[in-house]
Amino acid sequence: MSKYNFAFFDEGSKREIRRATLKAIAIPGYQVPFASREMPIARGWGTGGLQLTLSLVGTDDVIKVIDQGTDESVNAVNIKKLIKITTGIKETEKTAEATIIQSRHRIPETELREDQIIVLQVPLPEPLRIIEPSEYVTKRLHADQEYSGIWLMLFEQIMQHGRMATGADHPVLVNDRYVMAPSPIPRFDNPKMHCSKALILLGAGREKKIYAVPPYTKVQSLAFEDYPFEVEDMSARVCRLCGAKGIFMDELIDEETQEKYYQCNDVSYCLERLNNENDD
Amino acid sequence: MGYVAVKGGTAAIEESIKRLRYERLKDEKVIEVETIKSCMRGLIDQIMSEGSLYSRDLAALAIKQAEGNPEEATFLIRAYRSTLPRKHYSRTIDPEDMRVERRISAAFKDIPGGQILGADYDYTHRLLDFDLYNENLADIREWINKYTGTPAVDCRQSSGKLPKVIDLLRTEGLIAQAANDDTEPQDVTRESIRFPTTRSQRLQILTRGETGAVTALGYAAIRGYGILHPTVGELRVGYLPVYIDYPIANSNTDEDAVYIGEIQVTEVESLIPEVKEKKMGRKEIEFCIGYGICYGQNETKAIAMSVLDNCLEKSHINSPVHNEEFVLMHIDCVEATGFISHLKLPHYVTFQSKLDSVRKTKRWEEEE
Repeated sequence: MSKYNFAFFDEGSKREIRRATLKAIAIPGYQVPFASREMPIARGWGTGGLQLTLSLVGTDDVIKVIDQGTDESVNAVNIKKLIKITTGIKETEKTAEATIIQSRHRIPETELREDQIIVLQVPLPEPLRIIEPSEYVTKRLHADQEYSGIWLMLFEQIMQHGRMATGADHPVLVNDRYVMAPSPIPRFDNPKMHCSKALILLGAGREKKIYAVPPYTKVQSLAFEDYPFEVEDMSARVCRLCGAKGIFMDELIDEETQEKYYQCNDVSYCLERLNNENDD
Repeated sequence: MGYVAVKGGTAAIEESIKRLRYERLKDEKVIEVETIKSCMRGLIDQIMSEGSLYSRDLAALAIKQAEGNPEEATFLIRAYRSTLPRKHYSRTIDPEDMRVERRISAAFKDIPGGQILGADYDYTHRLLDFDLYNENLADIREWINKYTGTPAVDCRQSSGKLPKVIDLLRTEGLIAQAANDDTEPQDVTRESIRFPTTRSQRLQILTRGETGAVTALGYAAIRGYGILHPTVGELRVGYLPVYIDYPIANSNTDEDAVYIGEIQVTEVESLIPEVKEKKMGRKEIEFCIGYGICYGQNETKAIAMSVLDNCLEKSHINSPVHNEEFVLMHIDCVEATGFISHLKLPHYVTFQSKLDSVRKTKRWEEEE
């Protein structure tokens, strides 16, 4: 890999991405356009997050990469490998040990600290895209804080289904100003963004946008007074491996009995609980 | 749960990568990069154009590594391109300086400098040549000697530089006069585009576009969703010299410029008739120009690009091919293939989230 610079990019490119990142932090929830580079992993496979990570990483950083909750899924393995090859920095699976956590579609169960940065991979950064296909128009809607379209969309869901029927990526209002796509994290993770101690950076490579939620920033999931925001119902689910409750669970089917069972989606959280049990 | 079990993903992935390597090597044949460079001109030109990097060597290497898969080869080239610092911008290149190898006009039978057919598949029958199963080097050499030794027909000697066909129409006043636009082009690889775009941005994205996508949208435009029928005023394939400003002294004159090599391009100027409103409600027909240019010999793509260039100049027309967001946001090979292929990634968190919504709404419907 000697033919490539530290962290893949030339220094000029890194500086440019960091400049966009600083702007994003200064205007919470605002999508900053940046000259997204083509990466050695495919567009739509986390290139936005990867560019953020590579622009930030230094020799003493410790990286953790997760894909839909696990450190060992295709996307996480790919990205981690590339970061390792091009930087040689330390990697970890333990949330608490990492200085930078790049994640696809989850915020870890372990609460993050002020000295950590979480980088989220974003496929569709524009929360208004479902109601307006044109980028030219959505940019103006944000500028005018004209969000009636997205409120109407939620209202229509209530009329049709008796409740808001969003899946992951439930839109949030950041710092009382910008409506933002939190990336396709489950609704369960939306509250973790509110007043997060860690800096949250979001990168969309294909759509060429960077945006951010600085530490201790107000993040509210869009909802109505009489129809409050609801997270996924995990109340009755217990992890078959570690016995955890009240966290986001994967739903699995037992091959033999054909019965449903549950397991912590955040694998490193689950392993840590299991290891602690063994220590006792 | 297949490949998302709690542990073991990494090992499975390593094995899959080995399997891929095995597929490339299992017949125990090696194709030299040099051979690809010499024998796969068409694919190399396509990869250089979509990859947005002019290097026949790297394109050939990418083709080898990608087992000839163009989307994969383009991807490799683009990713490599990201690591290269932008050290210089070339001086403005005037396409009139082209060392022309092929040049045709569909608008006029006889053009100053003549029609130069050059090398193209247009004049062949697409019959599989089974003799190619058994080509040997001795026969090839003999044929080449014969071909290069004795020109079969008399040929007009061209002086090299050829006048542009559209200049003929321009002097006659049939083409709308336009002033030279010397605004500095915006580099789309250094600053992401915002809408509405400038022409320089549009042309860059079109020329980097995936060949099939550009052709399909260009075809849609002439079939029924845009301009009716353009005429290829001139199509050229040839070499353009590239100069940069003398890098050490702060100089920007032609005399001090440094020649860094030449690039092969295909250039197309299409003529599209357009009705212009004149005074007193009179109407006049004038020709507009659509411009297409790309690395290497990619004639279909360059023509389609010229059609789309003209379509995007007329953004007031309500049709997908006249909508710059529709065209420019969807023709990039790396972006389109990347996002489509990401659907293969696990989506079990997002799906679980949607499942929760679906279950809740179902329950509500039952309660109603």
